Amino acid sequence: MEIVGKTNIDFLGMRRIAFLASALLVLVGLFASVQIARGRANLGIDFVGGTSVQVLFDRPVELGEVRTVLAGGGFADSELQQFVGGRRLFIRIKASGESVAGTGARIEETLRQGVSGNPFILESSNEVGPVIGRELQVAALWAIAVSLLGIVTYIAWRFEFRFGIAATVATFHDVLVVLGIFFVMGKEITLLIVTALLTLAGYSLTDTVVVFDRIRENFRARRRGSLAEIMNASINEVLSRTIMTSVTTLLAILAIYLLGGEVLHDFALALLFGIVIGTYSSVFVASALVYEWRVRFRRSGIETKRQAQSLH
Amino acid sequence: MHLVLEVDADKAVESAVERRVAEIRRAAEQEGIAVEKLERRGTKQIVLEAKDEKALGEVEKILGSYPEMERSRRGPAGLLLTMSGQEVAAIQERALEQNVEKLRNRVDEFGVREPLIQREGDRRIIVQLPGIKDPERAIKLIGKTALLEFKLVDNQHNLEEALKGKVPEGSQILYQKVLDEQGRVVQRIPFLLEKKTLLTGDVITSARARPAQQPPDFEVGLEFDREGARIFDEITGKNVRRQLAIVLDDNVYSAPVIQTRIAGGRAQITGRFTPEEARDLAIVLRAGALPAPVKVIANLTVGPLLGQDSVRAGVQASILAGMLVILLMAVYYRVAGVIADLALFLNLLMMLGVLAGIQATLTLPGIAGIALTVGMAVDSNVLIFERIREELKLGKTVRSAIDSGYGKAWVTILDSHITALITAMALFLFGTGPVRGFAVTFALGILINLFTATVGTKVIFDWLILRGMKRVSI
Repeated sequence: MEIVGKTNIDFLGMRRIAFLASALLVLVGLFASVQIARGRANLGIDFVGGTSVQVLFDRPVELGEVRTVLAGGGFADSELQQFVGGRRLFIRIKASGESVAGTGARIEETLRQGVSGNPFILESSNEVGPVIGRELQVAALWAIAVSLLGIVTYIAWRFEFRFGIAATVATFHDVLVVLGIFFVMGKEITLLIVTALLTLAGYSLTDTVVVFDRIRENFRARRRGSLAEIMNASINEVLSRTIMTSVTTLLAILAIYLLGGEVLHDFALALLFGIVIGTYSSVFVASALVYEWRVRFRRSGIETKRQAQSLH
Repeated sequence: MHLVLEVDADKAVESAVERRVAEIRRAAEQEGIAVEKLERRGTKQIVLEAKDEKALGEVEKILGSYPEMERSRRGPAGLLLTMSGQEVAAIQERALEQNVEKLRNRVDEFGVREPLIQREGDRRIIVQLPGIKDPERAIKLIGKTALLEFKLVDNQHNLEEALKGKVPEGSQILYQKVLDEQGRVVQRIPFLLEKKTLLTGDVITSARARPAQQPPDFEVGLEFDREGARIFDEITGKNVRRQLAIVLDDNVYSAPVIQTRIAGGRAQITGRFTPEEARDLAIVLRAGALPAPVKVIANLTVGPLLGQDSVRAGVQASILAGMLVILLMAVYYRVAGVIADLALFLNLLMMLGVLAGIQATLTLPGIAGIALTVGMAVDSNVLIFERIREELKLGKTVRSAIDSGYGKAWVTILDSHITALITAMALFLFGTGPVRGFAVTFALGILINLFTATVGTKVIFDWLILRGMKRVSI
């Protein structure tokens, strides 16, 4: 069976449109990053410190009632979220002081006394001090920086510097775009989301590497044709693989999204967006970046190698 | 329950400095040296003012036995002693170690199965208590410094005046909390106490919860070691008719009047305790005070139900993911797809084997890592199969198409696995807890996949070719 047969699409010819679309999306992502840095985004309590409590009631509860009860207990600025037909409740309170110990227990106590005749069980309770939150923020940034550096180094070593940069830019693009989408959707940026972003960085990079590998191979095979032709041909040749892999991974993520429960919901959503964006960028953006760079600054490692080879 | 404790190691340094202040003062008194001022300043300094230069010279002789205190002149007859950085570091280190040890004793006595107590870096201790039913009680047990002190009530000065802000030097105000039946604080009684601590909880050999004289309250009975008993005997003997306050973590529990000299080294702490509270207090007193107070800076509790619930959801999701991928591969690549499915199955099996081998706890993100691996695992086979298809289109024989398909795809597979591995490593290095779990399963999946997807499937193809396969269903 074959869904994508032999194709001959001029991907590089569409690079202007792709660049424009990507630039717009990246701009949103950059705006989101700035807002996050300024503390204006919806950062999870793992990053800013605070308390989150998850309870499961016997019968559905009224959000308004819970809100009043919590406000009466001194938790006026809590965020509430309801699941499972109104029985499961997420309560989130961002940190105010240095010590958060006991907030979860106090919330539980407030609910027990305030919501009468509807018993609940405590499913989970997280208290994160602001100190840890700040540390996690720094650690997350380090993780991103180190993985990007590692990737550039590896690809620069395996291919050439230009490819390394292009792959990194494309990967960074994917992470930023998904971050931007989450920001616009008002989703909470938690540690799990950052994990998802890094995972999709790894995924989208793999995608890009496959395309680059084929480009390199075709250059070495001394094919006839212009740079654009060889690059386009390479992308087309691996297109069926790119789509097939994206589909299998999408299926897996879709299963997590649908069945994985609330905790993994946003994680899976980030990966879903990420895979779509990552596939797009490795087809439309990564190679186009190398091409653009090459055309603008004539001399390239690949070309000189090819010329050297063709002299023999 | 997963607790992260921040250790206030400076407090341990402060009390070490405070101890030296007391020792120097006693030595000076014994020698009859006129010292006008001797007190701790900040965390690690002591300010000392002798009456004149002659007295200062005599004091310096005493200070000879404190080489870790660096001396510098301050005024005509004054000295500023600063504890050396080396000593400070050593005290902090020891305090942290002792904290871990004492916390372990407390947790062991509390009776938790498979607790984990370990240091993290210079200032943190991680405490993991699986299956705790009453987290609040556990936090109290762990977070309490449990510094027990016996101090005399200051009967030379007026409490009223002190409350107005004129606390006499060498004294301090501490409070007793009076509780009602429900355990709520209804009153705070101030006490003016001498700062000097006569005896600490270090001398306790046994602490036991027992019913108090007024039921249903409980109290904690204490027994001191021989040295403690001797000191207690001396204190009570010297101070008959005076009030002796029992202070725990700067809270006065009681301040009974000493009726008679008490030999034998026994005392009790009373204070409207429930049986559990008395039992927990006895535990912390037996285990001993933490040399440095701790603060809970993160507390992650997952109810057993949610654990099961979401893990089940995660496993179901992984199974569905696996089935979808298996189906798609079989439909799209037919026999070759089925071979890839076998490899996928092998991949999962080995992964679970390794996870069980390293006794990893499956967290939710960990399961997500497995599910993601399922999705990406077949990628290598997709690469190989697409390659074989290309080679077949070029008109190669089945055998050489398969061989060169594997050969050419190998480089790409290696490249893509290594880049994915770099990301997983970064996640592991900088992630904590659940993120690490994800990184581990993700990295494992990548490594195992490198083997199963290439060697595993090639073996089957080779076998089929040996059996005389002429056409390949791909």
